[in-house]
Amino acid sequence: MKDALRHRELTLNMGPQHPATHGVLRLVLEIDGETVVKCTPYVGYLHRGTEKLCEHRTYLSALPLMDRLDYISSMANDVGYCVAVERLFGIEPPQRAKFIRSMVCEMTRISSHILWLGTHALDIGAMTVFLYAFREREWIMDLFEMLCGARLTVSYPRIGGVRNDVSQEFLDSLYDFCEEFPSRIEEYETLIDQNRIWLQRTKGIGVISAEEAVNWGFTGPTLRGSGVDYDVRKYFPYDAYDQVEFDVPVGKEGDVYARYRCRMEELRQSVRIIKQCIEKLPKGPIMAPDAPKFTLPPKDKVLKDMEAMIHHFVMLTKGPITAPVGEIYSSVEVPKGELGFYIVSDGSGRPYRLRLRSPSFVHVSALPRLCVGSLVADVIANIGTIDVVLGECDR
Amino acid sequence: MTPHSIAEQIRDKFPEDVLEIVEFRSQVAIVIKKERLKEIMSLLHMHSDYSFDYLVDLCGVDYMNKKSPRFEVVYHLFSIKHRHFLRVRVQVDEDNPTVDTVTDIWKGADWHERECFDMYGIRFEGHPDLRRILMPEDWEGHPLRKDYPLKSDLGDLEWKGYRDLIEFSEKARQYEVR
Amino acid sequence: MDHTNNGKTEPNEFQLTEIEQGIKIIPGVNAVIAALDKVVNWSRYSSLWPMTFGLACCGIEMMTSGSSHYDLDRFGIIFRGSPRQSDCLIIAGTVTKKMAPIVRRVYDQMPEPRYVIAMGSCACTGNVYDTYSTVLGADKFLPVDVYIPGCPPRPEALMDGLIKLQQKIASESFRWSQWR
Repeated sequence: MKDALRHRELTLNMGPQHPATHGVLRLVLEIDGETVVKCTPYVGYLHRGTEKLCEHRTYLSALPLMDRLDYISSMANDVGYCVAVERLFGIEPPQRAKFIRSMVCEMTRISSHILWLGTHALDIGAMTVFLYAFREREWIMDLFEMLCGARLTVSYPRIGGVRNDVSQEFLDSLYDFCEEFPSRIEEYETLIDQNRIWLQRTKGIGVISAEEAVNWGFTGPTLRGSGVDYDVRKYFPYDAYDQVEFDVPVGKEGDVYARYRCRMEELRQSVRIIKQCIEKLPKGPIMAPDAPKFTLPPKDKVLKDMEAMIHHFVMLTKGPITAPVGEIYSSVEVPKGELGFYIVSDGSGRPYRLRLRSPSFVHVSALPRLCVGSLVADVIANIGTIDVVLGECDR
Repeated sequence: MTPHSIAEQIRDKFPEDVLEIVEFRSQVAIVIKKERLKEIMSLLHMHSDYSFDYLVDLCGVDYMNKKSPRFEVVYHLFSIKHRHFLRVRVQVDEDNPTVDTVTDIWKGADWHERECFDMYGIRFEGHPDLRRILMPEDWEGHPLRKDYPLKSDLGDLEWKGYRDLIEFSEKARQYEVR
Repeated sequence: MDHTNNGKTEPNEFQLTEIEQGIKIIPGVNAVIAALDKVVNWSRYSSLWPMTFGLACCGIEMMTSGSSHYDLDRFGIIFRGSPRQSDCLIIAGTVTKKMAPIVRRVYDQMPEPRYVIAMGSCACTGNVYDTYSTVLGADKFLPVDVYIPGCPPRPEALMDGLIKLQQKIASESFRWSQWR
């Protein structure tokens, strides 16, 4: 009877405007019944030309553009850019600045993972987690606002250090947050961890082996769920990560549930890192000593001191003219994976080529590999598990 | 093995193809010609001493008027097993901008090569599906080239889809409630 | 609001009064229209159902305003997924040339009365992204009612913009009829 009926696949467009695609991602699915036969992702709907724009801006004025790449974890992108430019120029930021930067990076990792949990659970169907998650996110955003004035797209890390010092009030509030947060993590886990529906929708879905994941170029928790312990904070330490103790959670099965457990454990490890940073925070300056050559001098000096005024003027118009000729690749561990910066400098104050290696771009390219052969509902779970942010994917 | 010694070994094995070895801030780059790229990449991937299993990044650079040949395709390779990092730069000239693909060695190179084609116009031979990825499919021009304009108002170079949209919205204006 | 009729008795004969040379009106009809305006406008702005169109960073601030801390539900705002069921479109984020035809198509699918809010500097004017692939503001191809600047605007700023839209709707007149 089945052969007598003519049947063909249905082409379904999960358009760029869709509540579950975490931004403007377009998927064209060919489905046979409920099973996905072919999946083609289309990106580029948020391509804003950041790389070309950076070629026309000085190193300092390209910094706010880095915030808006992965807009959920903007501190981490800024730290990555600053670390890359510092490595290129050969600048060493002071210890206090390094600890502050690690602290805010981990805060942003908590914030990003909470939002991931909320939206992932919302897509799969657990709506309560979304509301709980945003409650914690508001706390972190209040802390960011106390620190530097902006909630979402901060431009707080600077080349050679950070913009302003942390106050004791901020450190006290952050410590209270760290004391309170582990109980909140347990609260999220009681909501979904042992839930039969959650387990059925996440166990055994989107399985990928370790060798294949490395071959595709996966990084971050998406890779660590498959059993590879590659973490940029341990392999290429930057800032204060070699002075604090933390573990890197690694999964085994390589499915959606393993990645979920990895990210939940990373929340606990981030709290551990922040506590150590607060305790070990050394006193000292927050900007490198030869800072005026590559970043703006403090404003009160500019109005009084001739040299500072000249530095200020040259920095804003031409950029750091002491830039060396060469190229560098530097990467940091953002919550999504490994964000890499390849900077080619030709000696002028502007980058000649600034290439952003974004983890989301690589992960979306592997979506067909994860989705083909599974059900349509699993496509949603897979998009959630690779934790894609289109601002970073399209730049 | 240090990256420098790996670079020296590659130069010994392929003497006419390796043009120079550059070292800056303790990162080593090998500049090679594009003819035997596939062999060099397979060797770096397969050989047990090197085993570069992770292709970190693949991008293009446009050195217009600064040096010739005009383009370079830069591969960043990392070995998780041995923890060494290497950069391979392949020179591509403007008249024949084609390079062999490495998608059969590292599957992650797929979309990076598509982006390189989209932004610079460098074609990758053997790529399964080489078409534009970040710009619309019928866009003309390659944006990241140095002679491509930056600003939003492209004038005559404007994409047809956007021009049609503006015309349509002008006509639809008469039906709006104001 | 005035739920009752205009409070006067109907005349036995139907007469048109001339208010100016050549212009005749049904006597008392403007009291009816004004009352109906108030009722209809009140019902429209009290349950403004926007469509989720978060494109970039401003989309995250929109989600934050919609969730527990800065609740938007108290204004009657429920985010709908389909343009056929929504009355306003909040364009939150940068509009690129590749995405612009899709935004226009979604706008065209919305039934009247429909309003557009451009949230964030990118949707208002393009912000710093004056590049080959960006549209400098959503008003190049859409009629925008309210502009909310900021990068990204705070949730309070988004609420202020929505309240401004509510005030704009409250000041509309005769939009509920087919003789506009």
